[in-house]
Amino acid sequence: MNLNATFIGQMVAFVIFIYLTHRFVWPPIVAAMAERTKRIADGLQAADKAEKDLELAKQKVVEQLTSAKKEAATIIDQANKRAIEIVEEAKEKARLEGDRLKASAQAEIEQATSRAREELRSKVVTLALAGAEKILESSIDQNAHNELVNKLAAEL
Amino acid sequence: MSSAEHAEALTSSEYIKHHLTNLTYGKLPDGTWGFAHNGDEAAQMGFWAVNVDTMGWSLFLGALFFFIFRSVAKKVTSDVPTGAQNVVEFAIEFVDSNVKGMFPYKNKMIGPMALTIFVWVFFMNAMDLIAIDLLPEIAKLIGVSLGADPHAVFFKVVPSTDPNITLGMAACVFILILWYSITQKGVVGFLKEFTLHPFSSSNPIIQTLFIPVNLVLELPGLFAKPVSLGLRLFGNLYAGEIIFILIAILYGAGILFAGVAGLIQIVWALFHILIIYLQALIFMVLTIVYMSLSYQTDEQH
Repeated sequence: MNLNATFIGQMVAFVIFIYLTHRFVWPPIVAAMAERTKRIADGLQAADKAEKDLELAKQKVVEQLTSAKKEAATIIDQANKRAIEIVEEAKEKARLEGDRLKASAQAEIEQATSRAREELRSKVVTLALAGAEKILESSIDQNAHNELVNKLAAEL
Repeated sequence: MSSAEHAEALTSSEYIKHHLTNLTYGKLPDGTWGFAHNGDEAAQMGFWAVNVDTMGWSLFLGALFFFIFRSVAKKVTSDVPTGAQNVVEFAIEFVDSNVKGMFPYKNKMIGPMALTIFVWVFFMNAMDLIAIDLLPEIAKLIGVSLGADPHAVFFKVVPSTDPNITLGMAACVFILILWYSITQKGVVGFLKEFTLHPFSSSNPIIQTLFIPVNLVLELPGLFAKPVSLGLRLFGNLYAGEIIFILIAILYGAGILFAGVAGLIQIVWALFHILIIYLQALIFMVLTIVYMSLSYQTDEQH
């Protein structure tokens, strides 16, 4: 219970232990703790940023989806229009072709008719002539009745 | 019967006395150096004697503190902490938050000093929870086997029940108070604290008259800091130790008293856990506050 050199000994020990703690214990542990604090803060910040990025990406996806849908709709519209046009065009073409075919057929028919008529006429003339010849025998003067025959042929 | 009672009373007081005496190494009355055989001899040794028991335990616990914390500091990682690192980091964070809260100046030494005080004093106080006779009996066995008188082997295991230990630390704190006061405020600024407070006057003659009054008022305050710091810790732990000793005596007073003693001992030990922690905390906090005060300049009042 009396003061003695233990007092001095404790002072010296105290100073030494403070120095040892100051030199070897405190700095590395405090540094590690500060680093962890920083890493956690960084991690939280990164998480925040990632969340924001995700939000942005979602927004972008929605935007792109809408624009894609719009684009698809216009393309389909255009395709429909084009299809109708093509059909119309084809119809028109077919009509024209039909008309043309009809016209050419008609022309051909007319040609054939007139040709047949011509043939018939010439054949009738020949037949008439032959008939007349047979009826009249030689009494008919070729020259005298030529005019009459031609007139008959024209009337046919 | 009266002689038996007398004998027991004597043994009880001897028991207490034995527990409160340090194992002191110093110059014996016959001129040789050695361990004191009783308290009176230890007192006669004067200043140049060492309390081997408390000093030894103090050094051992300080070294224990250092090696535990150093082993963690060596492989400290900023990844997920495990095991001992959790405990050490908890202690350091606790001390660091105290220092940051009370000491708003830049000083790299305050943190380590506060940590050393807190853990070391905590360890020293915690020695109180070891069964009171366990270590002294082991010491007695060793001492007797080395040829010592069994009644002369004193062994105090709680360093903070030795005023040398507590006042030694307080004295270091006091030196630091003086050192930082002088380096932060200058010698003149430091002296002004004692001469111009609490009474001051713009009249130089009256001011001169005030100086001795101020000195009388302020100087005791300065010296009271380390004394109260050291004696508070010592007093609390010494009182706790005495109560443990008294409880230990109660065990020898019959089976009924032994039961009561067991109960009291549990209650007191539980309560003592609080004191152990609290006194370590108070020593640390006061040290930080004193350091902070010595940094505080007049303008900040």
